[in-house]
Formats: sequence, structure tokens, C-alpha cells
Amino acid sequence: MSSAVYDKVKELLIEKFGVAEDEISPEATFSDLDLDSLDLVEFALAAEEEMGVRISDEEAEQLDTLNDTVKLLEQKGATVEGEASHQ
Amino acid sequence: MTTDIAITGLGLVTPAGIGVDASWQGVLSGRSAGAKDPNLEGIPIDISCRVADFDGTEQLGRKAARRLDRFVQLGLVAAREAIADSGLDPQTWDGARVGAVMGCGMGGAGTWETQHTTLLEKGPERVSPLLIPMLIPNMVAGHIAIEFNANGPNLVTATACTSGATAIGVARDLLRTGACDVVITGGTEAGLTPLSIAAFGQMHALSGRVDDPAAASRPFDADRDGFVAAEAGGVLILERADDAAARGATVRARLLGYGASADAYHITAPDPDGVGVGLAITAALDSAGITPRDVDHINAHGTSTPLNDAAEGRVINRIFDGDTPPVTSTKGVTGHSLGAAGAIEAAFAVLTIQHGRIPPTANLDKQDPEIDLDVVSGAPRDATVDVVMSNSFGFGGQNGVLVLASA
Repeated sequence: MSSAVYDKVKELLIEKFGVAEDEISPEATFSDLDLDSLDLVEFALAAEEEMGVRISDEEAEQLDTLNDTVKLLEQKGATVEGEASHQ
Repeated sequence: MTTDIAITGLGLVTPAGIGVDASWQGVLSGRSAGAKDPNLEGIPIDISCRVADFDGTEQLGRKAARRLDRFVQLGLVAAREAIADSGLDPQTWDGARVGAVMGCGMGGAGTWETQHTTLLEKGPERVSPLLIPMLIPNMVAGHIAIEFNANGPNLVTATACTSGATAIGVARDLLRTGACDVVITGGTEAGLTPLSIAAFGQMHALSGRVDDPAAASRPFDADRDGFVAAEAGGVLILERADDAAARGATVRARLLGYGASADAYHITAPDPDGVGVGLAITAALDSAGITPRDVDHINAHGTSTPLNDAAEGRVINRIFDGDTPPVTSTKGVTGHSLGAAGAIEAAFAVLTIQHGRIPPTANLDKQDPEIDLDVVSGAPRDATVDVVMSNSFGFGGQNGVLVLASA
């Protein structure tokens, strides 16, 4: 899987959440990556900050694989700037 | 059951160095860690004693570090060193018998402040769900329990600048009562944030020597004008001496006594007559079963504030009837690490006993003539030291005094 949104999600997981790059794949679940429910809320906040879309707490609780997450973000119209994040 | 308490492990992360050896060498050097603090830019008192080379991400990994306020990071790294030093194995010990009692005055001040800025600038929906678990002071003991499989009694003591000493005293009691077989204890603090330093400045508690930060912390000196705020983590591993002997542990020193009291006088100023402090010292000596004559050295609270050092000098003279053993304040080097201070100074007392060297008080150029104490300065003083008294006094009037002795 390769899309700007996937790449951004991957970057967030590595840079902000300290996940090792080789653990990350479209099929990986947040649980596989040792992210708990508090991390998921943090992830939703970071996604809002970086991609301009809001994931509700209910949606955040349902997030499973990175693939599903990217699909949800894309459905919501997530946009990723061409440049690397300035945050 | 003997109530003799053995200290079998030490861990230190202080402005004098990361690790027990580096911290001890730093304290012996007599060079103050006081420096300009870039994080305090714009604050009138922009100096501190930071653990300059401590990077939580480097020490703990990004995944763990981002969920931990710096006060927990400092405490956890010190705990790792102390447990390794003790030779105990958290993988095989009976976790139900292992307690953790840490002291902390402020908790996650840095997390509070950055998240408050987020609240004001971006709104409540951007506030981190990790704010509460990062800032509550008890979390350092919680994280120690999680990492080291310690299911026994677990708490954090908050008695301001006495917190670390209080924690060690409580830990002793958990061993004496038989509630625990091992206690991971000490103190941690990381409150060098713009808001808290601005507030300490408004109290006129801090040294204003911003143009000469390395000379700002000068306990017992005639020209002292306040303390220099510091951050640190210090951990000691305590066990009953017979248990330590049975497992063949290396005992660094013994915790012989502890006394606590309250000034019941003023929220921040020390009682000039030192009634409360005297009670704590007397209680500590009584619990150790010794008299003032048996004390070889005093690691003073010695904050470098005009009021503390004068009052402490008077109380020591009263209790020791003018015949006082050599005194030092390691805060000249480390600054005042608040809730960690009592713990790191207990560790320095242990090292003083083990090495037979009393560290010098930094920046003691001209001793205050009003303070009639034999203050060690200039260079370490070699001496046979079997018994050390370590003083801690906190805002709120809470006092804690530890007595440590050779193994």
C-alpha cells in the first residue's frame, strides 16, 4: 500500500509514537504496535493536526489495522502537504 | 526479626553526573552545576542545575519516553541502576514482597505547562489523554512497579524538599513492620519549567546571581542569596540486614535512624528557633540509638538561602552542644533538587561512608560569621566516617532526618 496518507500515518507512528519502521505494515493493528487506547486518542489528535480531519473518539476506538485507518482518513478527505510536517 | 536496614543498591541521575560514579566524582570536584538554562529564557531567574546530558528518548527509547514526564524518566533510570547494583533479579523475586516508595514535590510540572498552552491555543479537544497519567506524582512509583514486577505497597510521598527523605523513612517502616522484604525508594524531581521557576523567583527563594550561575549556589557563604533549582533522580534499595546477609548481598551501608516532624510555624519560612528541626534530629538519633557524639559528619540541608542556612546552623549547634562534626552541603554542586534532594543526599552520605571522603561545599569563599560550623570546603576531606546524619526540610514546615551508618 502506498499513498500520501499511508506515508503520513507511517511517519507519525515512527516520529511521534516511536514505533520501529519494520513493524509497520498495512495489515499491522495498533495493538500489534503496542499502542493502547490512550495512544489511539493521541493518534487521532495527531491526525487532526497533520491532516485536517477529525476522528471521533468512537471512531478511534474502532480503529484496527493501518489499512482501515488510512481508508477512514481518506474517506474523510485527509490532505497531506507535499513537504514534511512542520509540527 | 532484626530491624537493621541494609542499603544494597544505589542509582543516581543528578546535575553532577548520570550514574552513581559520575555523580560522586562530580560532587567531589566541588564544581557547581549551575548554568544558564535555555528553557528559562525570558524568566528573570534564568539559571538552574539541569542534568544537562540526560535525554529520556536516548535512555528509555522513544516509545516509552514520550509517555513519561521527565520526573518519571529520571526516577526510572535511577531505579534501573539501583536494582542492577543490588544484584536482585526482578524476573525471579516475589513481587508481592517488593514495595516502591518515591518522593516527589511537584509531579509532572512540564507536562502541565505544555498541555495548558495547548488548551489555551488549540482548545480542550487537543489536550492529550496522557496528561493525567504523565503529571500525577504517584506515577513514578507506578512505573517502577510496572517495569520491575513490584506488586507490594506503592506510593509517592509529597513533603516538598523533604519528600525524598520522607520516602526513605516510610520505606524503612515497611521493612520494619514486615510488610515488604525489599523496597525501591528515593526521590525524583523535574520542575525546571518557566512557570515554576517564575513562581520560586516571586518568593525570593532563588539566587539572583544570573550573571555568574556557577557561583550562585553557595551554602553557608556570607554572600549567599538563595537556592538554585535543580532536577534529579535518586534511588536506594533497602532490605532487612538479615535478608541481605542471607543472600550474600554487598551492603553499601545501613539506614540506622529516621526522624520526622513539622515546624507548625509558617508555610515557607523556617522557624528561627528550629524547634521542629530539633525534634526531627532528636527523633532520628533516638531511633538510631545513638547520641550526637556518635555522628561523624552531617550532610546538611544547606540550600544556600539566607534563612535556611542560618537557622540550620543554629539548630545543629544547639543539638550538638557546640561540638559539631564536619558539615557539608552537596547542594553547592547539585543545586536544590527539591523532592529528589533528600534521596540523592542520602546516597551521597552512603558514598561518603564507603569512600571515607567528605565532599566539599562548593563556592564557600567566605563562611558566614554567624554560622558556627566546620563546613568542608575547597577539596574533599578524607576522614573515617561511620555515621552520617542527612537533613531535609521542606516548605510546609516538614522535616525529615536520616541517619546512615557503615555496613
